[in-house]
Amino acid sequence: MTAALDRAPPTAQPPTRLDFLLVADMVAPGSRVLDVGSGDGSLLALLRDRRGVDGRGIELSREGVNQCLAKGLPVIQGDADTDLADYPDDAFDYVILSQTIQATRQPKVVLEQLLRIGRRAIVSFPNFGHWRVRVDVGLKGRMPVTDNLPYSWYDTPNIHFCTIRDFVELCRVVGAQMEKAVALDAGGQPIRVALPWWVWNLLGDQGVFLLKRR
Amino acid sequence: MPSPALSAEPRSQVDDPSSLVARFGAHEPLVMDAGVPLGPWQIAYQTYGRLNAEKSNAVLICHALTGDQHAANVSPVTGKPGWWSTMVGPGKPVDTDRFFVICTNVIGGCMGTTGPASTDPATGQPYTLDFPVVTIRDMVRSQAALLDRLGIGSLFCVIGGSMGGMQVLQWAASYPDRVFSALPIAAAARHSAQNIAFHEVGRQAIMADPDWRRGRYLIEGTRPSKGLAVARMGAHITYLSEQALHRKFGRNFQDRSAPTFSFDADFQIESYLRYQGLSFVERFDANSYLYVTRAMDYFDLAAEHDGILAKAFKGSATRFCVISFTSDWLFPTSDSRAIVHALNAAAASVGFVEVESDKGHDAFLLEEPAMFAAAQGFIDAAARVRGIA
Repeated sequence: MTAALDRAPPTAQPPTRLDFLLVADMVAPGSRVLDVGSGDGSLLALLRDRRGVDGRGIELSREGVNQCLAKGLPVIQGDADTDLADYPDDAFDYVILSQTIQATRQPKVVLEQLLRIGRRAIVSFPNFGHWRVRVDVGLKGRMPVTDNLPYSWYDTPNIHFCTIRDFVELCRVVGAQMEKAVALDAGGQPIRVALPWWVWNLLGDQGVFLLKRR
Repeated sequence: MPSPALSAEPRSQVDDPSSLVARFGAHEPLVMDAGVPLGPWQIAYQTYGRLNAEKSNAVLICHALTGDQHAANVSPVTGKPGWWSTMVGPGKPVDTDRFFVICTNVIGGCMGTTGPASTDPATGQPYTLDFPVVTIRDMVRSQAALLDRLGIGSLFCVIGGSMGGMQVLQWAASYPDRVFSALPIAAAARHSAQNIAFHEVGRQAIMADPDWRRGRYLIEGTRPSKGLAVARMGAHITYLSEQALHRKFGRNFQDRSAPTFSFDADFQIESYLRYQGLSFVERFDANSYLYVTRAMDYFDLAAEHDGILAKAFKGSATRFCVISFTSDWLFPTSDSRAIVHALNAAAASVGFVEVESDKGHDAFLLEEPAMFAAAQGFIDAAARVRGIA
């Protein structure tokens, strides 16, 4: 973690998600950021308060948008699958897609849009190649339901799961250059040891990628 | 015996309104888009709350087609609560305990700001159709002149629904440095062909009334109430939604159990519309209706920026929040989204919420908790940034 992030504001907020801190660490201070799938605005607020970011957001749910507006965050109600096309090229320094790509109808198109709108894209997603998922599917013969993936197959918004290796392949297909790739364990801590891809793909609970147009 | 064109109470509001009024002499004319200087002229307004020492807490409320300056007080004409008393007041989203709220009657209106029913000082008679055609930009110019008079440099927030939202957008485009935040609700950056069409039907209804007298009814002592009532009836349908009409009226009969095989108001919806038309003519001037609908028709914010709406907001530091309603087919969500897209393209700060409602376009005037929540969150957050206690 950088020095900037260590200067936590003295507020009694709930503990900040570790993957948010990791994402924030990838964003240069003072840059322009679009957060696709802003949720309640926690990540955007973190980026604004600790990185001086000029942030914007898109969020599907009205409840989420209202929470964002109440935090003073400019977030619009919209859908990553349809509304990214309306943004001009190079509108942002970074476009962030945090834990959302698996819920989009067209992940490849969405990723291409991210790289068109932003000079860089930051994508985090649950790794379907994690060993516990493999145990559920491979040995128990059931779709996995875990703390980070709490839905049953019939009510999940997550319709396009991928593994870390799948995502690396998608990056190659769309011509994205990986500037940084981190796998987080189930506790949200980066797996720090330099390990080969297959180990990341087995141990990583989620993957976080910093991408650049090639 | 011809009746006056407006019943006595609203007629008396035209030149001497029961509200504050700022008067501008012939030497300080309002230069209008029609190319005509209007002077002397006056603007009627109401205020609520107190201007703080820094003059940083002024909020401008912009009214819709048939609204007036009485946003949050009992109307002197109808005796009913202010048209936006759900939104504006102590503890309301536009909190009059914190903000200094100003609401003006639009230029071309009939509640005390100069319009076609006002007395032309050159003739001593009502302007009628000699009044210059007004635009949304003229309305905003007149409001800016009032703010200059009041010594208010920049507004904390400009808020309005429908035509009020058009004024909000025009404010942000014409005076970006004077607008800290902007909240256009159920609005559009340009009036659609369909909406122009509805307005034209309304205007034709008025002009087809023999008592309209080529607009000179005030001078000739007649009253085109039938035409104006029909215009209102048609327009009122566009403010509702199919679902709302079905929920409120369905196919229910009015005070009868079977059709009368006549053209009486057999159905509740007919009776309701007739009532809407009749009560409207008691409070509104027919020529004002022509002028203000025309102003909306002419509104196309992109047109003054090479057809590119984003250019209207280029470099804007204003914080925007756009709100639309799912069942509004007059100013549909796609109109609001077009505003949002332009603001995004201009790299402006914009939030957007589509409120789920079956009440149609009128939803912005009604009890809509989701709209209040979005507006309140946006306004409170902006007030924090502005340092308003």
